[in-house]
Amino acid sequence: MLSIKNLHASVEGKEILKGINLEIKAGEVHAIMGPNGSGKSTLAQVLAGNDAFEVTSGSVTMHGEDLLEKATEERARDGVFLAFQYPVEIPGVSNLQFMRTSVNAMRHHRGESEMNAAEFMKMAREISKQVDLDPAFLKRGVNEGFSGGEKKRNEIMQALMLQPKLAILDETDSGLDIDALKVVSDGVNALRAEDRAILMVTHYQRLLDHIVPDFVHVLAEGKIVKSGGRELALELEERGYAWLGIKDDETAASSAN
Amino acid sequence: MTTANKEVNELIKREYEHGFVTDIEVDTFEPGLNEDVITRLSEIKKEPQFMLEWRLKAYRRWLEMEEPDWAHLGYERIDYNDISYYSAPKRKEDMPQSLDEVDPELLRTYERLGIPLHEHAKLAGVAVDAVFDSVSVATTFKEPLAKAGVIFCSISEAVRDYPELVQKYLGTVVPHTDNFFAGLNAAVFSDGTFVYVPKGVRCPMELSTYFRINAANTGQFERTLIIADEGSYVSYLEGCTAPMRDENQLHAAVVELIALDDAEIKYSTVQNWYPGDENGKGGIYNFVTKRAACIGKNSKVSWTQVETGSAITWKYPSCILRGEGSVGEFYSVALTHNYQQADTGTKMIHLGKNTTSTIISKGISAGKSSNVYRGLVKFGPRAEGARNFTECDSLLIGDQCGAHTFPYIESLNKSAIVEHEATTSKVSDEQMFLCRQRGIDMERAVSMIVNGFCKDVFKELPMEFAVEAGKLLEVSLEGSVG
Repeated sequence: MLSIKNLHASVEGKEILKGINLEIKAGEVHAIMGPNGSGKSTLAQVLAGNDAFEVTSGSVTMHGEDLLEKATEERARDGVFLAFQYPVEIPGVSNLQFMRTSVNAMRHHRGESEMNAAEFMKMAREISKQVDLDPAFLKRGVNEGFSGGEKKRNEIMQALMLQPKLAILDETDSGLDIDALKVVSDGVNALRAEDRAILMVTHYQRLLDHIVPDFVHVLAEGKIVKSGGRELALELEERGYAWLGIKDDETAASSAN
Repeated sequence: MTTANKEVNELIKREYEHGFVTDIEVDTFEPGLNEDVITRLSEIKKEPQFMLEWRLKAYRRWLEMEEPDWAHLGYERIDYNDISYYSAPKRKEDMPQSLDEVDPELLRTYERLGIPLHEHAKLAGVAVDAVFDSVSVATTFKEPLAKAGVIFCSISEAVRDYPELVQKYLGTVVPHTDNFFAGLNAAVFSDGTFVYVPKGVRCPMELSTYFRINAANTGQFERTLIIADEGSYVSYLEGCTAPMRDENQLHAAVVELIALDDAEIKYSTVQNWYPGDENGKGGIYNFVTKRAACIGKNSKVSWTQVETGSAITWKYPSCILRGEGSVGEFYSVALTHNYQQADTGTKMIHLGKNTTSTIISKGISAGKSSNVYRGLVKFGPRAEGARNFTECDSLLIGDQCGAHTFPYIESLNKSAIVEHEATTSKVSDEQMFLCRQRGIDMERAVSMIVNGFCKDVFKELPMEFAVEAGKLLEVSLEGSVG
């Protein structure tokens, strides 16, 4: 479904991704691990189409189509979803209005009619319960005054509303306590489906106890240095990134609460 | 400039919807200003002698006044002898007519502007006074309003039909000596709206005036006077548009509001005068003095303005809080784009005990525009227990525009309490990326972000107009991202 070939990308002239190769099939869950600064988040941002990053060479195709030539919003409408590591606030725009605009933009793209306010409200209430967010959050400004955990749950809520083809989760576990991690993981697990791929970016292996990946890739200095199955993450936890000859500011990849 | 912001700027390229010209026969004065012009104007309007004398006195004083230059505005000096001071569609006599007699071309003009004046198509629940260049061409719903005792007519009619009320209140809030533009207006004002709401009456519908400048080289000098007698309530809205012309045109209005004991006036403005083109050519010079006197105990005046048009906006709707416990409010959204310049804000003058005021100002600057909030909060020596809350927020789109805040606070009373909050923010690349990542196109994203920024002000507008204002903002932001 998603095919990344020799992808190079830089920000402000500095090369961050130095030849990424990755194949993801529908129904699979891939985890990208790696120390800070390895390029994990850059990969997520580049796939979603953040203009701040420049793709210098390589290709990315989704369902056989060139993803890189599409604008951010076109990629989103084709089913690329990014759960942000640090979701930004949009003061005064209610979460409800934001999500409804988003859902209707997608529906419009698919040639479907817009959802009216009542239908939408019903769906939003149900999904907000699924991620344990008080429906009162729907009326608040987008991420406005949300705690870190609330922001992350809000991101997963949006993924559940939009039902993307490719869900990219950027450090969705960071800053979460155990209970919130459980809620978020349940949300992500609910997303797992035969026609959907999930790409999780994480520093810690603890997320993978809750969302068990089919594949684990280790990213270091802009390249995937090792790929394997679930066991690779466990081995990393035990032996640290140093085991692969990777420098890491934080001593081990083990879960640190 | 970052990519996203460049695109944001592309999107703000606005198209002005109301730029057409109505082709109609008019009576227009030759350009120039002198006592003869004022006398002729007064004659055409069949004004009583007191009115002519009032105008001439103002004119003589105005000749000695200096055009103010303290505002953060740049423009070429206006030649006041180059402007025509009267232009009106030809009609049999200069008296208000029934709608059947109004030139169909004029009715079509208002229909095109979304203000149908016909009985069958009138805006539900909103009475309209339609002012075209120098005259009021029609006023709707006069009879049902009269039944409630509400006087709603053009100021020209009021001068003739209710001279006592006019003489008692005209110029009491904004005297002709107040400032240069108010002095000019007092001398040459041509039309505008008059409202009187009697004791204890809650005005049964929204009142509104729709101002249209059509003729070239003509200034519009309207004057509005609203009096809310004891315990009454009225909500009034004005809208303004003008054709696209290469020359700048002057609009110098005066609005006076008077609230007696326990009366409340809600005054909303949606100002969309032609702003000039993307190179800053043309557009309206909008020099307006708006002031309310809260004379009565527990009276309340609330100004809400959405300012998106005009090449230059110079406007400070203010409240003089004289009555004990009186309340003044100012809610403003001012959007500037291209080369537009706005210097706008309010004055809250607390004179009475326990008076309170609230100021919420939202300035949005895009393109190469300049957007200034200028406000004065003043407490007199007898303003025991008075308080003010001010919030000034600026939003920048792109990096070639400017936002400035000049808040002045003067207190002569130790018990007064002032709170002031101010923020400046940008439509950030991160916000745009979040919206686009959720499938929302850039144009929609900018308008959503800007509308969110203005939410606290829009919720003060009458329901029918809040939607209108949101749409207007959307149109004004068109072309600000690509």
